[in-house]
Amino acid sequence: MPDVQSLVNDFVNKLKKRKIEGSQATARQTAELLRSVISQQRIPYTNQAGALIDAVKAVGEQLIAANPVELAVGNIVRRVLHIIREEDLSLTTAAIGGMNISAASDDDENDDADDRPALSAAAVAAAARSTLRPPSLQTLLEDVPDATAVHHTSSSGADSEGKSKSADKSSRSRKLKHDVIEAVNELIQDIATCHEQIAEQAVEHIHQNEVILTLGRSRTVMEFLCAAKEKKRSFRVFVAEGAPRYQGHVLAKELVARGLQTTVITDSAVFAMISRVNMVIVGAHAIMANGGVIAPVGLNMVALAAQRHAVPFVVVAGSHKLCPLYPHNPEVLLNELKSPSDLLDFGEFSDCMDFGSGNGEPLLHVVNPAFDYVPPKLVSLFITDTGGHNPSYMYRLIADYYSADDLVIQRKPAVGN
Amino acid sequence: MVQKKGGKASEEAEELAHVPLQAIILADSFNTKFRPITLERPKVLLPLVGIPMIEYSLAWLESAGVDEVFVFCCAHSKQVIKYLENSQWRKQPHMTVTTIESHNSISAGDALRLIYERNVIHGDFVFITGDTVSNMSLTEALQEHKERRKKDSNAVMTMVIKKSKPSAIMHQSRLGTEELFMAIDPDTKQLLYYEDKAALDRGIITLDKSLLTDSSSVSMHNDMQIMGYKIYTHEIHSSYAAKVENFRSYDAISKDILQRWTYPLVPDVLSFRNSVTKLGRQGLYRASDIKQSPTAEIGPFTLIGKGTTIGSSTKISNSIIGEGCKIGSNVSIEGSYIWNDVTIEDGCKLVHAILCDGVVMKAGAALEPGVILSFKVVIGEHFVVPAYSKVSLHQQPTVQDSDEELESSELLSFIYKVGAGGAGYVWSVCEGGREEEWKHSVAPIPEEKLAEILQSAEDDLDLLHLDGSLLPPSGELVTASNDSETHDTEEPMDDYFEKEVEATFQRAVHENIKEDNVILEVNSLRAGAWVTFDVYMFSLRRLSYNMTAADCAGAIFYSVIKWALEMPHTFDDELQKNVAKVVTTWKKLLKYYLPSIDEEIEVILKFEEMCLDSAKKFAPRFAQILHLLYEMDIIQEEAILAWEAEKAGADEADRVFLKQSEKLIEWLKTASEEESEEE
Repeated sequence: MPDVQSLVNDFVNKLKKRKIEGSQATARQTAELLRSVISQQRIPYTNQAGALIDAVKAVGEQLIAANPVELAVGNIVRRVLHIIREEDLSLTTAAIGGMNISAASDDDENDDADDRPALSAAAVAAAARSTLRPPSLQTLLEDVPDATAVHHTSSSGADSEGKSKSADKSSRSRKLKHDVIEAVNELIQDIATCHEQIAEQAVEHIHQNEVILTLGRSRTVMEFLCAAKEKKRSFRVFVAEGAPRYQGHVLAKELVARGLQTTVITDSAVFAMISRVNMVIVGAHAIMANGGVIAPVGLNMVALAAQRHAVPFVVVAGSHKLCPLYPHNPEVLLNELKSPSDLLDFGEFSDCMDFGSGNGEPLLHVVNPAFDYVPPKLVSLFITDTGGHNPSYMYRLIADYYSADDLVIQRKPAVGN
Repeated sequence: MVQKKGGKASEEAEELAHVPLQAIILADSFNTKFRPITLERPKVLLPLVGIPMIEYSLAWLESAGVDEVFVFCCAHSKQVIKYLENSQWRKQPHMTVTTIESHNSISAGDALRLIYERNVIHGDFVFITGDTVSNMSLTEALQEHKERRKKDSNAVMTMVIKKSKPSAIMHQSRLGTEELFMAIDPDTKQLLYYEDKAALDRGIITLDKSLLTDSSSVSMHNDMQIMGYKIYTHEIHSSYAAKVENFRSYDAISKDILQRWTYPLVPDVLSFRNSVTKLGRQGLYRASDIKQSPTAEIGPFTLIGKGTTIGSSTKISNSIIGEGCKIGSNVSIEGSYIWNDVTIEDGCKLVHAILCDGVVMKAGAALEPGVILSFKVVIGEHFVVPAYSKVSLHQQPTVQDSDEELESSELLSFIYKVGAGGAGYVWSVCEGGREEEWKHSVAPIPEEKLAEILQSAEDDLDLLHLDGSLLPPSGELVTASNDSETHDTEEPMDDYFEKEVEATFQRAVHENIKEDNVILEVNSLRAGAWVTFDVYMFSLRRLSYNMTAADCAGAIFYSVIKWALEMPHTFDDELQKNVAKVVTTWKKLLKYYLPSIDEEIEVILKFEEMCLDSAKKFAPRFAQILHLLYEMDIIQEEAILAWEAEKAGADEADRVFLKQSEKLIEWLKTASEEESEEE
């Protein structure tokens, strides 16, 4: 097995060089890396979860620093931390309750996900959450039956606690790790299948003979539209080309290949066309905790146009793009300035950037930001793999995926080295 | 002569994954453009936007997928090696960095030869200098190169070029380099002519292992001399590539980096020594731990390094401030490059200057545009350093040192103090040098100079238009030619070629190079001169001398005879002996260029011309030398007879030498008749 540190270095390097494109790929690779970090981590007898959390945090810190703009990295690190906490919690609850589920498969360290009982961690975690968390509307509504069930079992098994505790001691260290890896595998699975899960909901949102507008290219949007097409919906798509990278051209090609009526327009024509559009469906780079969206550049303009004409503005994004941070935090780096060569040919314009004449100050500046911030009030609906949500509901969804303790990953507050 | 990349066209080369891609970084520029700074630190370790230049080259090679890097160090090799040992590159899993040390290489050619002798290059390699900043992807160029190699084993080299807008003044004002002429075949991308006036501005060249084996005389200090091999070009469009050539390009490239043309090689992405730099509005890059007075004004496109303190009411714009600097209050810094640990006391004024590590400027000192302060210089209170001065703790070298040895004599020292309590010698340049100083300095070109360039450029353009030649739509190479020879008739072209050959030959004589190599070099000159008619010509017509073998022969002969003439002689007899000696020595070379009668006739005609013109001393001995050449088998009798026939109809004046050699011809004729009678 390759050394974890070298794997980490390798990944950090790739992130630094901006070699990994797209949130989904980044998220998947981050999760895979963290999985191997966890599986290689030695676990002490006491405070096992703490050891795992420290290990993941140490790696996570490096990863986040490598590319602070790619919020998916931080999201996944926090998700994994959350998973560790949840599993630890569920184990503790289970141990207290004397429940020793899935002890049979404790002996194999190799994590083949398929032959495990699917309910183990998730169900118990949900139960644990409901018991140990302050009650919210959701836990009150959803988890009441579960919670009572767990309470019931735990009270009934209380008398067998004494003898199982000593026997459990050795297996628990491996068990925690095992369960965590299990859950991380599920997370990886989720990331991989998020497109399909989102696309399943397509028919509920796209209706017959509608006109859909999108900008640039997002794989999620593409799958979403194609899923609706496969369900025999007939509709038209306007694709704004998405300067300066013109990914919209690629999307148009893909849509036409799937047999969709497609019209390519320039970004600047969006306002002119928006009155004929029934719905705007776009992808996102990240969804912030306040429901704001970090999206490819140009989308704020589209959102404003949609608002002006009361066209629904729908953002489709996998749950790995949910970021527990708020955009007003100055520590959060929200944008990246790319090379101006996307906009201008250096050769053609080099005479405008003549530093040798005048007072040595170039008169021409080219700015090429990668992202836009779309405020929550402009977004009508988020469609994630768990369904459609209102922007104001995002904080709640985020509370399900992340622990509040993990919002700040840095162990020591920025000393600046 | 920027970056070269080579591919060995072995069969298996197509599998990119199997053949490790190697690269050579030349950590020495073999020039003195960065003096006096380079006396103390090698050029590749000089900070460019806070990061040593070599980091850019290495980061680029790493992201381009290079597996093995050899860093070739000459000047200050210890520093380079030490730096690399402590750098993050030692820990890289995917790229190994090895250093090669040499102290006697004086050109890129020498370096390549040495590397070849080390036997470390196995296949394709990329050759770049350590001062290259680029973000291009190599794969495409490499692929093209390999495909070409498969088709034609002579395609040894792919030069990567980037064009910039042809503007009358841009080339000089932006990069401070001279123009560059290239003739490229638009279909095959073959490089047909290359003339490097000062330096290739932007570019990368691919070259091949076999080139190293075949020619120990590859010398790249002047122009690419490739013996009949073909060089191709690969033009990059959106990516960035540039080379820090002098202070002017240092300035231009620094600003390009701040403007993010080199993305992802920009300060906030390329982290160096774990310091984090953040980009704010208007291109303001700030590292951590900066203590800045609230009244300080920090303008656009500025980088402030870690741990720097800035006093009140200080104004900084378009500048790069390194780590740990202390800047007092009421300081004005404009367009300057301040390296690490510099102290600038209150009230100083800096305009377009470079301050190396540890410089101290006492209160009230001022720098006029274009000043270079080398390491640890102290400028006294209220002292004003005049424009374009270079100040160093080291005296101007009178003897050669370990740094680049070339042309140090041009700098004549003239020392004076730099203010009360100051430390440092002001270097001065002799009159001629001073003239050129503005061209290469960090400061913008003064208005009047700019006007001059513009004027001369316009003149040239006018001439070009009169000439009816089309201005090519692209290519930086076009730019302004402000030299005397613009468009020429054939005569000067020949002269030019002749001079080149002569220079090559003389070098050969002085350096004792074997004849084979001279042949190769001259060949390459000829190859360079092959410009066919349908060629997409970048610039002036004078490039198009189309030399035949006969011309080469003539030129070589001319050089040989001239050499003989230059050898010391007192009597005519001695002269003849000299000729005999020289011709014997270079017989093989001459023979190589005399494959047929035509060339031999050309030689005789050339000789005749010389006797009339440049080498009158030979005139009385024309016949004897002709005879000598005949006896040495350099010229056959058919050639002499043909020459006679050609001259038969000429006027009396032209037949002087014919008359002289009548006896010889007579003798030849009878000899041949006898021969035929015998048969």
